[in-house]
Amino acid sequence: MTDFGFSISKSATIDMDAVDMELYERVCRQVPSARICMSCGSCSASCVAAPYSGMSVRKVILALQRGKDVRTMLSNCMLCGKCSMACPRGVNTRNLILTVCRNL
Amino acid sequence: MIDRIPSGFHPFVIPFLLGMAFVLGYCAFGLFRIIKQLSWKERRKLAVSLITPETVVKNIRDIFCDCLFHVKLWKRNKLLGYMHSSIAFGWFMLIVLGHLEVILFVPKRINLFYYPIFFNYFVAEDEITLRGSLLFFLMDFFLLVVLSGIVLAMIKRVSSRLFGMRRTARPSFLNLVGLYALWAIFPLRLLAESFTAHISGGSFLTIPANWVFRQFLGNELNMLPTWWAYSIALGVFMCVLPFTRYMHIPAEMLLIPMRNAGLKMVDARKGFTRVQVLSCPNCGVCVDACPMSANRANLKDCTVYLTRQVRRGNERRIEQISDKCLMCGKCKEVCQVGVDGAQLRLMQRARRQYGFSPDFSNLPQSQIISSSSQKNEKVLYFGGCMTQLTPAIGKSVESILRKSGVDYEWMDREGGICCGRPLYTAGRTREAEQLVQKNQEIIKNSGAKVLLVSCPICYKMFLEHYDLNDIRVVHYVPFMLDFIASGKIQLIQSEVSYVFHDPCELGRGCGMYDEPRQLLKRVAQIREAEKNREMSVCCGGSLGSLSLDFAQREKITRASLDNLCGSGADAIATACPLCKTTFSRYSDRPVRDLAEIVDELIIDN
Repeated sequence: MTDFGFSISKSATIDMDAVDMELYERVCRQVPSARICMSCGSCSASCVAAPYSGMSVRKVILALQRGKDVRTMLSNCMLCGKCSMACPRGVNTRNLILTVCRNL
Repeated sequence: MIDRIPSGFHPFVIPFLLGMAFVLGYCAFGLFRIIKQLSWKERRKLAVSLITPETVVKNIRDIFCDCLFHVKLWKRNKLLGYMHSSIAFGWFMLIVLGHLEVILFVPKRINLFYYPIFFNYFVAEDEITLRGSLLFFLMDFFLLVVLSGIVLAMIKRVSSRLFGMRRTARPSFLNLVGLYALWAIFPLRLLAESFTAHISGGSFLTIPANWVFRQFLGNELNMLPTWWAYSIALGVFMCVLPFTRYMHIPAEMLLIPMRNAGLKMVDARKGFTRVQVLSCPNCGVCVDACPMSANRANLKDCTVYLTRQVRRGNERRIEQISDKCLMCGKCKEVCQVGVDGAQLRLMQRARRQYGFSPDFSNLPQSQIISSSSQKNEKVLYFGGCMTQLTPAIGKSVESILRKSGVDYEWMDREGGICCGRPLYTAGRTREAEQLVQKNQEIIKNSGAKVLLVSCPICYKMFLEHYDLNDIRVVHYVPFMLDFIASGKIQLIQSEVSYVFHDPCELGRGCGMYDEPRQLLKRVAQIREAEKNREMSVCCGGSLGSLSLDFAQREKITRASLDNLCGSGADAIATACPLCKTTFSRYSDRPVRDLAEIVDELIIDN
């Protein structure tokens, strides 16, 4: 096959039936406020680790719901707490991150 | 005084002897175990301090002041102070005087362990005993002192509010057994000594009681039962002592030398930590002090319950309690024994297992290029994460630096890395250490001589965990005071009155109480809140807490605001960006950082 230097991008479709939601459910049981996130992105905007590892609590919650890996994002989280100060919904973000780390 | 019973023994002393043997055996074994748990270094430290004359004197003084006279408690609350010291010191004197009586009157019995305790049963008065009347008087006097303490304790049990305590810790079942046994000991002793007073002699308390009882009871029949009851009460108390809060009596005597030797908590459960846990007297002073007590649901999350759960080994509750704490350090401040609740929780957090740990090796290395002009010492300003979230503070600090003509550089203007304290207080010490290394490198490479900080959280971290060679770490408050003293900035006086909120990390954390007030006094009127300085109430936004949710935090913030607003000031001043953000959310009056206030009032030249 001719190599054009690019290819068709892989489908981004997520088969929700195949997704393992166990981690998300477990985290939600321990940090109920994870469910009230409205994905506004205040946490992403204020995040100290975002420039280094793409950290964003919003994306972490989303990734958990999609059964995707969150390790890369979490790997630079400094727990500084800016996300919890910025969150308009009152998600206990620091506890969420620590709980995810404990359960991974 | 002559021996009444030739054998010098009566079966009623057996319960006491059993109890005593048990408690001494338990304590000896416990002491051995704790010493074994200490590291070799700690053991050496302790041994050295025990032979150094200064620390020995300090130990003895502390044991007398804290364990017997309860000096710290007196200073805080006279009634509670009297209650505790009357029981402790009175009981101590009863034991000492008991021994003195035995030595003076029946010296051959001194080898009998129980003799000083049951002295009055075993002896009879004769002509020459009158010389002992002073001793008899003292015995009765101290018994009265102890009894007055017991009466106060009973009143306190019914209504702790009379003693200035809104809430106390709920005693567990065994604690109640110990409590009632302790209450029973002294009235029973009075009865027993009164029934025997016509034989053994007595003083102003026992002789009249003896006379009264003779009128309608007949003393001979009641003598033995009361002595039995007295001995049994003692026996029961000592048998339950190791499993109740009364363990704090022997534990505190070990805690004081260990603390004076400079030992620190290094393990979650063992060694010095164990001694701290056992030393908690469950008095419940920390319940009222804890900022979380603004929520009814959090009443059982204060230090007294943590020590109890650690003793019980209830891991689920230990985790809950230690994760919730705001780490404001107030419980340590009010604790009479000096149990360090925050540190104890930190130890529990540090032993949690994590399936995944962050790694910061990919963070960029130092970007700051040394641009030091040689004539002035360069100031490196570190705002920290919280200052980035409250840009007004950072701008004000920068503006003040510019106006005072200092050579400065803003280390994290474009965003930097965290100082590491949040990770550290979450118990992730090793990860925090990585951040410390990164920042240390940046700071050292910057060529600055002074590291200026506007966030007390970072300030405490820099002071305690960073090794910055000769770079001075200062919070901006004393730095600005220097500017004012040296005339670098001139200020006008404002008409606004401020109440100053002591941030936990700056006040209790770093001991800085006077400087912010001095600074505030230079520019405005200052009012004091009811609970200020060491007693200041956490704003509720603390990063120390991991699991406290927002609704609970809000109540804490409101309680703290009530305390501040009670002073009637126009506005609230603080010196911590986190406190400012938290208060601003719910406050009905402006909340401002000292830097903002000062910057506004500088006279521009």
